[in-house]
Amino acid sequence: MTLLTRRAALAAASVLAAPAALRAQPAAARLLVIGGGFGGASAARFARVTYPDIQVTLVEPLTRFVTCPYGNLLLGGFKQIGDITHSYDGLRARGVTVVHDWAEAIDAPGKRVRLRGGQTLPYDKLILSPGIAIRWGALEGYDEAASQRMPHAWVPGDGSQTLLLRRQLEAMPDGGTVGFAIPDNPFRCPPGPYERISMVAAYLKRHKPRSKILALDAKQAFSKQGLFQDGWKALYGEMIEWVPGNRDGKVVRVDPREMVLESEFGVKHKVDVANVIPPQSAAAIVTGNGLAEANGWARVNTQTFASVTAPDIHIVGDANNGAPMPKSGYIANSTAKQAVASAIAALRGQAAPEAVYFNTCYSHVGEDYGISIVGVFRPGPNNSFVEVPNSGGVSPRGDLPQQRALEARYADAWYAAITRDMFA
Amino acid sequence: MALKLLAFAAPLLLALPAQAQAPLAAQGCLGCHGPNGAGQAPVPALTGRPAAETEALMKAFRANERPATIMGRIARGYTDAEIAAVAAHFAAQR
Repeated sequence: MTLLTRRAALAAASVLAAPAALRAQPAAARLLVIGGGFGGASAARFARVTYPDIQVTLVEPLTRFVTCPYGNLLLGGFKQIGDITHSYDGLRARGVTVVHDWAEAIDAPGKRVRLRGGQTLPYDKLILSPGIAIRWGALEGYDEAASQRMPHAWVPGDGSQTLLLRRQLEAMPDGGTVGFAIPDNPFRCPPGPYERISMVAAYLKRHKPRSKILALDAKQAFSKQGLFQDGWKALYGEMIEWVPGNRDGKVVRVDPREMVLESEFGVKHKVDVANVIPPQSAAAIVTGNGLAEANGWARVNTQTFASVTAPDIHIVGDANNGAPMPKSGYIANSTAKQAVASAIAALRGQAAPEAVYFNTCYSHVGEDYGISIVGVFRPGPNNSFVEVPNSGGVSPRGDLPQQRALEARYADAWYAAITRDMFA
Repeated sequence: MALKLLAFAAPLLLALPAQAQAPLAAQGCLGCHGPNGAGQAPVPALTGRPAAETEALMKAFRANERPATIMGRIARGYTDAEIAAVAAHFAAQR
């Protein structure tokens, strides 16, 4: 059946009672999801659970998903790679067709996607959640080869980058320096670098207490800054030195052979282990198919997540320009559901649902020391996202051991709950 | 009630969902309270809790009248109507 006649059938069905023949064999709408991470897996599962008559196909190159969240706990020695690796079998069991291939090209007018393996997949609505790409070379000296010496561990892939960084920490002698290069906004997981610093400090404190952390930051301020710095002092004393951008913290060049992070004013910081978190953009499937703005991120309708240039393509997760919402797993999960509901509503000829987007990001400062930031957002004027005034915000500061301990356990519950909401 | 009516008014070609569709505001809860809101220890279950109780709890969190680790910051983001819809949804889940 062609799309046109199917659409006509849909339109007819919304006005008339569907004849028995149509009810018996409805033409299922085809939802194609690209990317099996926090946005894509959440979208696929939500679509199957909520709209059982929709055909859902998920395209994801990797056969297992290693999460970014809790990767830092692996670095701290509190989690193993198996704890943060997830299978797509649960989605298959829910009726999602999972295709392990790369999506290479999108034919937006023709509504189809070409895969690297040669297959072409048609869709009625596309949910595009491909995540980020590292802008290789945007930081001088930092190319793919450099990431084997100075891991980014910011796109987990099969987990090899996170494991490489862990091995380097294990191999470093006591008394060494672990250097961090932290980029300017926007980037994936705003509190991520600072949780990572905390977890590396936890490992060093236990195993290599004479070591030091040098965190070189392009920014003057960061997410949950006061809470992180309170926790660093309380748990790790003077181990962590954070250098903001206005005190020459911005790294502009790296030398992986010499293990040097070089600042804007030419100070060469020699380190023993370097975690370089490089500048980022939306993934290549977005930038390469004309779906990104000049800033490298996709602009979307803030109620439906439809691309402003391709209305049948809903772009969710870290790839879109969601500010002031953070590029977080929870936002990807929350907005993916709104995108799916909006896409299905459009196929049914209905208005998109009212939108409210929810975020909580927990960070571990120590194994039993958690902090959080909460945000509730809605579509605002001129296609913006607006945080609900007087809501959300960070955990209270002060000497609150019970709050910190509870938040650490709530963080663990969040990880278990949200990964079930994606994969179970 | 309004939500229920809406669901029944949906076009027949895309048949009624097997599982009652949670209002999207309630979907936001699942990332911590677990699929369906069934709880993820130590985060409590929302399913089966009487709607009036959930509504009262959320409003107490929102008004800072009940000590909270995180729920006060969350509850202040939602309207009365959303709180009522979310409470009704989870009350109906088993």
